Amino acid sequence: MASAGEANVSVSHVEKKEKKQTPARYWKEPRGEKDGNDHEEDGGKTLHQEEPRPQTTKKRKQDESPAVGKKFISGKSDPFPGQAPIPEDRVQKFKRKDKTKKHRRQHYKLKAMITCSEEVSEMAQKQAAKFDLLLPEDAGFLEGEEEEDTCLISQEDIADAVDITAGAKYFNLKLSQFGPYRLDYSRTGRHLLLGGRRGHVACVDWLSKQLMCEINVMETVNDVKWLHSEAMYAVAQKKWLYIYDSNGIELHCIRKFNDVLRMQYLPYHFLLATASAKSFLQYLDVSVGKEVAAICTKTGRLDVMCQNPHNAIIHLGHPNGTVTLWSPNQKEALVKMLCHQGAVRSVTVDKSGIYMVTSGMDKKLKVYDIRALKPLKSYFLPAGASCLSLSHRGLLSAATGDIVQVYKDVWSTAATKPYMAHRTRGAVWGLHFCPFEDVLGVGHGDGFTSMLVPGAGEPNFDGLDANPYRSAKQRQEWEVKALLEKIQPELITLDPNELGQVDRATFEQRHKDRVEALGYDPLAQKRFIPKYKKKGRSSAGSIERRKKQVAHEDQRDIIRQTVEDKVKMEKQRNEREKKKAVLNSSRAALDRFKK
Amino acid sequence: MDKVSKKSIKNCSSQTPESAELNPDEVYIDEAEVEELNAADENIICEEEDACKDERKRQRLLEAISALGGKRKRKLGERSEAAVQMSEFTVSGEGEKVNLSDLIGTIDKNAAIPAKTKKQLKTLQQSNKTVECPLSKQESERIQRDVAYQKAASEVSQWKGVIKQNQRAEQLVFPLNQEPSGPKPFERVLTSWKAQTPLEQEIFSLLSINKQPIHDPILTPTEEASLRAMSLEEAKVRHAELQKARALQSYYEAKARRERKIKSKKYHKVQNKHKRKEFLKQFDEMVKTNPAAALEELNKIELARMQERMSLKHQNSGKWAKSQVIMAKYDEGARKSMQQQLEVNKDLTQKLVTSLNNEEDSEIEEVSAEVTPAFVKDAEEGLDSSNPWMRGKLSAEPREKQTSDSVDLTAEGFGGNASEDEEDKHNVAETEEEALLREFDNRRKHRQIQEADTELILCLDDDDNEDKEKTKNAAEDLDTSDKEEELSQFTSLMQGLTDAHWDIEAEFAKTAADTSSQLEQSFIKIGTLEDRELLSQEDSAAEKVPVKPQLSTSTENPLPASPVTEKKRKRKRGIELKHVLTKETNIIHVPLAPTFRDSEDLDESLDQRQLIKEAFAGDDVVSDFLKDKRKQEDTSKPKLLDLTLPGWGEWGGTDLKPSRNKQRRFRIKAALPPPRKDQNLPSVIILEKRNSSVTLHQVNTLPFPFENHAQFESTIRCPMGRTWNTEQTVKKITKPKVVTQLGTIIEPMNRERLGKKLVSPGSQDSVKLS
Repeated sequence: MASAGEANVSVSHVEKKEKKQTPARYWKEPRGEKDGNDHEEDGGKTLHQEEPRPQTTKKRKQDESPAVGKKFISGKSDPFPGQAPIPEDRVQKFKRKDKTKKHRRQHYKLKAMITCSEEVSEMAQKQAAKFDLLLPEDAGFLEGEEEEDTCLISQEDIADAVDITAGAKYFNLKLSQFGPYRLDYSRTGRHLLLGGRRGHVACVDWLSKQLMCEINVMETVNDVKWLHSEAMYAVAQKKWLYIYDSNGIELHCIRKFNDVLRMQYLPYHFLLATASAKSFLQYLDVSVGKEVAAICTKTGRLDVMCQNPHNAIIHLGHPNGTVTLWSPNQKEALVKMLCHQGAVRSVTVDKSGIYMVTSGMDKKLKVYDIRALKPLKSYFLPAGASCLSLSHRGLLSAATGDIVQVYKDVWSTAATKPYMAHRTRGAVWGLHFCPFEDVLGVGHGDGFTSMLVPGAGEPNFDGLDANPYRSAKQRQEWEVKALLEKIQPELITLDPNELGQVDRATFEQRHKDRVEALGYDPLAQKRFIPKYKKKGRSSAGSIERRKKQVAHEDQRDIIRQTVEDKVKMEKQRNEREKKKAVLNSSRAALDRFKK
Repeated sequence: MDKVSKKSIKNCSSQTPESAELNPDEVYIDEAEVEELNAADENIICEEEDACKDERKRQRLLEAISALGGKRKRKLGERSEAAVQMSEFTVSGEGEKVNLSDLIGTIDKNAAIPAKTKKQLKTLQQSNKTVECPLSKQESERIQRDVAYQKAASEVSQWKGVIKQNQRAEQLVFPLNQEPSGPKPFERVLTSWKAQTPLEQEIFSLLSINKQPIHDPILTPTEEASLRAMSLEEAKVRHAELQKARALQSYYEAKARRERKIKSKKYHKVQNKHKRKEFLKQFDEMVKTNPAAALEELNKIELARMQERMSLKHQNSGKWAKSQVIMAKYDEGARKSMQQQLEVNKDLTQKLVTSLNNEEDSEIEEVSAEVTPAFVKDAEEGLDSSNPWMRGKLSAEPREKQTSDSVDLTAEGFGGNASEDEEDKHNVAETEEEALLREFDNRRKHRQIQEADTELILCLDDDDNEDKEKTKNAAEDLDTSDKEEELSQFTSLMQGLTDAHWDIEAEFAKTAADTSSQLEQSFIKIGTLEDRELLSQEDSAAEKVPVKPQLSTSTENPLPASPVTEKKRKRKRGIELKHVLTKETNIIHVPLAPTFRDSEDLDESLDQRQLIKEAFAGDDVVSDFLKDKRKQEDTSKPKLLDLTLPGWGEWGGTDLKPSRNKQRRFRIKAALPPPRKDQNLPSVIILEKRNSSVTLHQVNTLPFPFENHAQFESTIRCPMGRTWNTEQTVKKITKPKVVTQLGTIIEPMNRERLGKKLVSPGSQDSVKLS
């Protein structure tokens, strides 16, 4: 109807377009509108079904709502009527639930609720699919010339080929004094933390190559880890766990955490999980500084550890070839898998939480589907892999001695040779992909190497979650928000959707849990202990008598009631019988003939 | 019913209070009131006659004085004789009571009173019923309240729709009656707009002439008409009717066919006679109800009579009749048949006498010829016209849409030539139907046979199952006894072995009836081999079976995949752990060879140990894991509850054990737990313990409108936060239920809103154009 108004306006300006035939009015061809509606309906489902007609005008009216007539005043129809279609596969990507079946006999409230939730989910899905357009960046890739192995392309060649800023990301730090290095990138991918085995700890803003701090802790350093932001990091030293700030000032020395070998930080729970040489798995809540859980795994030295970013479960590798999955809520391993015939050397889990890659002493590399707990692929590496790391986009890096290999698509296709390979100057000690960058950091005996691995990093970052370009102010804002949205450690489960499920445990089961949690049975009745009385009135007999007086107090009422009922019934029956008898006994006229 | 009763109650209630109020008034009349009334009365009188003014004044004075005295006194006498001082209201109770009968007595003589009232009064006199006393105040009030409540409820219930709408609305914005923001339709904005230019006027006139919609794309009148033509329900009803009619027709056809096939002459004779009688009866009726049709019938009869008179058919002149005449002397039957024929002749030739006169007949005849439908006429024309009674039926039954049927009947009776075609048709139809029926019958039989077969099979299956169960039970018993005697690991392993056996067998019995026995055997062998290997490992370390070195396993090629082997492998996957571990591996060739050793010099000793471990990798890893798994399974198994007490019912002592019978009786087996999650995953142990930490945050009872878990879970499945949704979606999801505008007065809903609801929004905005 808005268009009608416009048509009306156009009538006054007809003179300008005299050379054309009479202007088309909306009432002349109601067909156009119908077409438009059709398109609007199936717009959500399909790609561009009709090829764009050869129209001279590509103009599209901006403010026109789809419900209103589709015709322009000029008589030309909208070449792209209705809403822009969303590709089906993209919609599918954001699917969260299946449609629930509706029955005719449902309660109207239920019906309304279901339709509402379905509507909302569909809208969310569509919107997300639409906004997916706003992720413009593509992942990079490395492509060799014909019959050229990509794994033979050297890092120098790549660095020369790419632009200067990207080329600058390939560099070596020669730190031969303080022995093999462990490393960690912050969650934004901007900061690098290096921990040399002989006590050298340094944090660097590696993009700008700015050294933030450099200290020597004068102790063996087993592992280093950034905490929630680049302001703090944890260092697992020879005996205790220490926390330093970005200026290298020691903030805490946590004596409860001793002999820590490996650490993992769970960013959404603010938990620092540590695995110690004494086979203890401990969780430290970084936001409040409290130990959440300490689990004795009873499996010996724990020097293989990783986390599942999907559900915050900790994976531990053991010398007996098993990988165990842990949550802070249970004292036993949630899952124990036998993965290798030898000891497990390294474990890593995909970002989506579907795939787990393990390497063992039997020189094998195995890929597991962690949801089904089934092996998918098995590779034999002649030298075995000591360190593993998975990038955001699923590239796997494995270190065998001083060689770092990068594999593509280890789970979908059977890889026969690496995607890339690079020889470092010492035995590899730590391996980590940089988030949101095509960079693999390698800590080795002779320092640190930053490798270029095209296609490794996720090109589109979430600015609200981990923004590599955030300012100090933004970081503060983010910190507050993240603390507010902190997930409690109780909610760590194997299936993160479990919280949304109805607890189907029986009442008995729940009661048992309650008793366990409280330490006593709240529904249990108090035992009656008779008071002690003097002058021989507390003899055994009298105590028994007194006990008897209050025995079965709860059942008495019920019993009394039933007894009363019974008596009443009996009475009624008697009366009825009596009446019957009277009726029978009254003499009928013919009774006199009876004998 | 309800309404009626309520109405009556209402009436009652409206009457009763008045009477209740009146009663006391009649009894106690206030003195003052009486005075006043008297005064008024007297005023009227004094206007008419002034003579006795003084006397009245005196009287009033006296009254006033007496009133001062304070004593109530009845001053006015009763109306018994002509007097000046007479009260109009009181009737003193003295003297004779007046009965109704006394008053009514004069009625009979009075002619002026209508008979109806007389009658009523008489009945009143006769009935000895007392008038019911009026309802008590409480009761009447209750009824009044009830009625008032109903009234109010009906009024309030008008709002139900609006309220429900508001309750169900996603969002309510107060104040409610706000103009919707946004663009308005142009008709509403430009109410005064008119077609001004000649072009516009022309267009609108054209539109109005062609009955085209002007504003919205409303339907044109023709479209509406076409929509209105026939609804779906109507069509359905129509279809059902037609179907029923067809079914009825087929029934009648079948009946007619059956009857026609009967060969008994006697039966047909009786039938014909009956029909004739029926026809006559019908004819008589028709004369009354439908004279036109009756006339037609009459005509036909007349025609038949004429033909009969012309022909010699029943005149005892045929060949047969002549022979009968000869036989008649000796044969009673022959005589009778002759007689009958003559009677038929007589019947046919007799002229029917009707009340209708002939001239009228002829007129109506023409009309009726026009009125009767064509198909009826056709049928009649094709008929042998010699049997008028059959026609009666024909004309009577077209209501039931069985013309063809009735035609058939007539044809049957006398074997008319014209109806042969139709007969053929029927035959065809009949054969078709019969074929169909036969088919159904065959199918039914077939099904019955099949059912019987399946029952047999089932029986066989049952037998099999029973056998298996028996054997299994026996095995279990064996197991338990073993356990008792010595609880060593060996036995547990044995048990595991046997269990595995049974499991495998059961599985096979369940699913693979078609697989060959050979396959089964090989399969079992594999399972047992595996276990045996374990046994040997445990029993003696010396006997350890050397595990294949890695290289050999790694070079293992996948077997050629024939369908049978594939099937086998599928089975195997659930059981063989070794297989899982030695999954075929891809060897990766790295162009660069490592020059460094992995481990550092710092933990040399550890490295040594690891090297040793590497060398003997896989020796005990698998068995350890299996043991661990078995242990887990055992702990999760429900424990046997043993309630046997030694010495009860038998001898007790140090070396005496309770008998087996007793043990069996007093051992309570707990119900089997649900199958473990890692049942089919040999290399995985999944913890079955409940995680009570999450349950604190979970919902443990289904909220109200939900009927099952799936519904509820799916409704809370979608995240709501900004982290997972776009801004628009978040805003929509977290829209507040009620929005109020600051500083505005929220007034209660008024009646206008109710009216607005009733009137559809489309009909409101109509603008006159041109």
